[in-house]
Amino acid sequence: MAAGRMKLELFRVVQGTGRLGVLTGLGRTGQHSLEVPGCLLYSHCGTVPHLTQDTLHTLSTLPSVTQITLSNIAEHQEVLEAFKDGFKKFSGLHDTVLYCSLHDPATSFPTGHTTYKTVSVWGSGGRIELTVEKFMDLQKTIQPDWYQSMADGETWQTNTSRKRVRKSVDRTLAHLDECLLLHQKSQELEGVEIFGVVEGGDIQEERVRSARETAKRPVAGFCLDGLQTGSMDKALRTQLISAVTKELPDDKPRLLQGVGQPDEVLACVEAGVDLFESFFPFQVTERGCALCFSFDISPDPERAGRAPPAVLELHKETDAAGETQQNGDHIIDDQTQMTSFEINLKDKRYQDDFRPLVEGCGCYCCKNHQRAYLHHLLVTNELLAGVLLMIHNTAHYHGFFGALRGALANDKLDLLKRRVLGERDEQIKTKL
Amino acid sequence: MAAENSSSINMSAQKAISAVSPLTLRIIAECPVTKARACDLILPHCAVSTPVFMPVGTQGTMKGITVDQLEGLGCQICLGNTYHLGMRPGPDLIDKANGLHGFMNWKRNLLTDSGGFQMVSLVELSEVTEEGVKFKSPYDGKEILLTPEKSIGIQNSLGSDIMMQLDDVVSSTVTGPRVEEAMHRSIRWLDRCIAANKKPDKQNLFAIIQGGLNSELRKTCLDEMTKRDVPGFAIGGLSGGEEKDDFWRMVTLSTDHLPREKPRYLMGVGYAVDLVVCVALGCDMFDCVFPTRTARFGSALVPWGAIQLRSKQYAKDFQPIDPDCDCPTCKRHSRAYLHALFKSDTAAMHHVTIHNIAYQLTLMLSVRRSIVEGRFPEFIQTFMKQMFPSRDQYPSWAVDALASVNITLE
Ligand SMILES: [Zn+2]
Ligand SMILES: [Zn+2]
Ligand SMILES: [Zn+2]
Repeated sequence: MAAGRMKLELFRVVQGTGRLGVLTGLGRTGQHSLEVPGCLLYSHCGTVPHLTQDTLHTLSTLPSVTQITLSNIAEHQEVLEAFKDGFKKFSGLHDTVLYCSLHDPATSFPTGHTTYKTVSVWGSGGRIELTVEKFMDLQKTIQPDWYQSMADGETWQTNTSRKRVRKSVDRTLAHLDECLLLHQKSQELEGVEIFGVVEGGDIQEERVRSARETAKRPVAGFCLDGLQTGSMDKALRTQLISAVTKELPDDKPRLLQGVGQPDEVLACVEAGVDLFESFFPFQVTERGCALCFSFDISPDPERAGRAPPAVLELHKETDAAGETQQNGDHIIDDQTQMTSFEINLKDKRYQDDFRPLVEGCGCYCCKNHQRAYLHHLLVTNELLAGVLLMIHNTAHYHGFFGALRGALANDKLDLLKRRVLGERDEQIKTKL
Repeated sequence: MAAENSSSINMSAQKAISAVSPLTLRIIAECPVTKARACDLILPHCAVSTPVFMPVGTQGTMKGITVDQLEGLGCQICLGNTYHLGMRPGPDLIDKANGLHGFMNWKRNLLTDSGGFQMVSLVELSEVTEEGVKFKSPYDGKEILLTPEKSIGIQNSLGSDIMMQLDDVVSSTVTGPRVEEAMHRSIRWLDRCIAANKKPDKQNLFAIIQGGLNSELRKTCLDEMTKRDVPGFAIGGLSGGEEKDDFWRMVTLSTDHLPREKPRYLMGVGYAVDLVVCVALGCDMFDCVFPTRTARFGSALVPWGAIQLRSKQYAKDFQPIDPDCDCPTCKRHSRAYLHALFKSDTAAMHHVTIHNIAYQLTLMLSVRRSIVEGRFPEFIQTFMKQMFPSRDQYPSWAVDALASVNITLE
């Protein structure tokens, strides 16, 4: 395999507390970089949900990598083939690194459609079945800078048998080998990076086997699949990730799929994860909520009050969280369920609240609008609600990742964890 | 007719001097052929270049685009709806937020309607009495009476730069005594609105000419209302499904009798052809929900009509919506990408909304420039040729209306 330019430089690796570094040489010309731990920019068909380029670029710091998913793009293959110049040009994304994954992390999809030779994605027109050939033809027309290899990740339901898990590991390795073969033969994909996918469900031996085998292949990095929020107990996930990252080479990045809540991000960073997808702020936006958790660990007392605890109020909605988990044989959390990291602006209490979403937040929404206005936009079902919330939630979430890197650099991860989790636990305690 | 016109000008001019309304109209140029004019309309928040199209932001927001984006498109005045805003969030909250400007953080001008039109068109069981319009709230079923005083009260809370009087709205297809009754009542309500305006030094109140499609009634209404000292006039009761032949005749009758030195606002008109023709008939201001509503269904306005971006024929069309358009959407995105994005995200709607507002504003700027440069008649010819594939597709009402102001379409 032609050696790619992607390179992971680690500044600090502390066993059990995460890795701090920078991923360099991104993009076809290698001029982009991404700090880790970090997250990608979530998109629908190349567009950050609700945002145009104008509203997106009110955000001062954006990740250099945009994630697109085959579930959005596969149905446009014929169009992209006619266009010829790749998805970046097609979507008007001029200055970003493009990463193409298989599924959309924010939407669940039906299971039972993978076969020995194929996986399926669901677009606006329904299911599209992909063979390795079709998958690679898509990559050739999309021309991403980096993509996830084809994978069978259907192990996240409870009661998935050991046999099914083993099958998923075997198939995913077979898909990777076929992808690599076609990748190497393809001129269009020269300089493009491929990430291998680690599967193995909730069985540690299978996770380790998948990691070891994948690491033997010439991949630029690793996607950790089948560990998404709701698929398993958080402690088990952390344990599996630790076991997997031990097997993976230090100099290649690990991207965790389907996990985005701040508490989970912190735990997974400690277990050795470098990259996340930023679908979480989108989900928060869709339920009419605003992220408001505090992550400021600067010693400056004035700035420490950046997100006053007053905004961290738990709501009745979260009290019912337990109910959704016993639904049928799925243990998938209802991802529409509000978390304790956000406030529900539809709540009547914000009707005459003339404060910004988060005091001190520098985003366009907080600098220009008040909670009362957002409340009004939400109750009247106005489209601007999604736009303004997406701006704020994206800014807040990426700010959190910045704080996370700062904490790792300054040995303050514990303080950050207390800030992010502690206040939340206190809130839960007072609520009970 | 000419004599009558000039005498009314003198009378109104005197009134304009005595009034302290926060509005100044400077006529920059008048078309020597048609009745078109280009003016600078100075309002409390900024100057407005007319002829102007005013986008409609019903609930205190412009359909998914931010106030910065709207300002970036050059919009100097937009609409809010008193009926909707009076219901939610309500005048008390808007008061606390320093008016609608503060609530939505819009730094330029706002025009609010009276709420009467929405009530009659949206609420089934509304009843009009001399007191006002009675209706049941669609939110809690409570009976509400909207009087001229209440309408102005809410609009005073909203703090709009231009308020509209409450008028007795009758569908333009209704005929008979009801039309006459409504016209006379609208005059009486105008007086009540004028008396109710608590901020005449900050907020302009416009009268609305009624009279249905009856020239006599329109004329009576014009005579009466122009006697009142109001800063501007709207032509109401049209664009509600009447014949276009009746529509343009009522418009031109109204502009013939409205004072030259006050702005004329033609309510509810926003199709490109209607805009160009009615500018020629002497109107200055227009509003319509159509450009922003149609955008959300994927219909993009172009000089030759509209293109339906969700239609399959654009799936592989890699040109911008309009190659000559300078809007942020056309600068970056192709029809094919927007076609694809409509299947994935609401941002597709926002892109088309931006383009359509840009289209409307640019059209009016080009109209204005041509008036200022003395070539509005040529502009109309070019515009019509672009809009219609051939001469025989020109709508006959537009041909007649333009002929009435000395334009013979080629
Ligand atoms: Zn949106
Ligand atoms: Zn913010
Ligand atoms: Zn455009």
